[in-house]
Amino acid sequence: MTATTPTTVTTQVFRVHIKATPEAVWEAITSPAWTARYGYRAPSEYDLRPGGAFRGLANDGMKAMGAPDVVVEGEVLEADPPRRLVQTWRMLFEPSMSAEPLTRVTWEIEPLAAGISRLTVIHDLDGAPIHAALVSGDQLEGGGGGWPYILSDLKSLLETGTALMSEA
Amino acid sequence: MVTYFAGVTDDDRVFKALADPTRRFLLDRLFAGDGRTLSELESEVEMTRFGVMKHLRVLEEAGLVVTRRAGREKLHFLNPVPIRLIHDRWIDKYTERQVSALADLKSQLEGST
Repeated sequence: MTATTPTTVTTQVFRVHIKATPEAVWEAITSPAWTARYGYRAPSEYDLRPGGAFRGLANDGMKAMGAPDVVVEGEVLEADPPRRLVQTWRMLFEPSMSAEPLTRVTWEIEPLAAGISRLTVIHDLDGAPIHAALVSGDQLEGGGGGWPYILSDLKSLLETGTALMSEA
Repeated sequence: MVTYFAGVTDDDRVFKALADPTRRFLLDRLFAGDGRTLSELESEVEMTRFGVMKHLRVLEEAGLVVTRRAGREKLHFLNPVPIRLIHDRWIDKYTERQVSALADLKSQLEGST
């Protein structure tokens, strides 16, 4: 079996269906109060216009482990609430991460049947292998589950009102 | 559990999709190298193009594969989220119980009763 040379694709795609309106999903992605309640439980701040800043702030647990105040940095490239958000994204937990180029995250929210939204996260990770390994969720030990964990937890929070792990 | 289509849950679709060696093989190929075209995937399986398409459709309906257009090509991506959902909803539930049962046993054994 001679395979055609696969072009190296550095994009990762994650999708989840959530029983919630696109507006609710958008709010859960972009508001600091919501982002502190699922996934890595750290508030995100967005200035939702092209060129606006994005900052993922460290929570107390991260700070206790020596993380800087801003653990993820980026810039908003496109904001079309509640359907599409495009941003750059770079983790700053360690010098090895901040040395990688900015990656690009596209959030697409599509309404399906009544009250159900389809959220797709497309993460372009060109030239950022450390980021790619962490966000994929393949490294359960160090990375904590990446996008699969975040999106599963977001679904749980929006559908049941509680996240998977008890909120501290 | 959330049911999107009459009687069939997302979990049912995922389990059904995974219950086939060719489909698991296709997922393994995507895990090794994501974002592949039908032709790339087809070249690695002893199966007709139609057969591969059929399997990919089952995987897509289960949410395990997501397709994106890139220029003229349709790329297939492995979506690990449905497996994570099953893990979080089913497997964690039982492992947690085991852990707490062990913790109970430990406290009972160590307790001065």
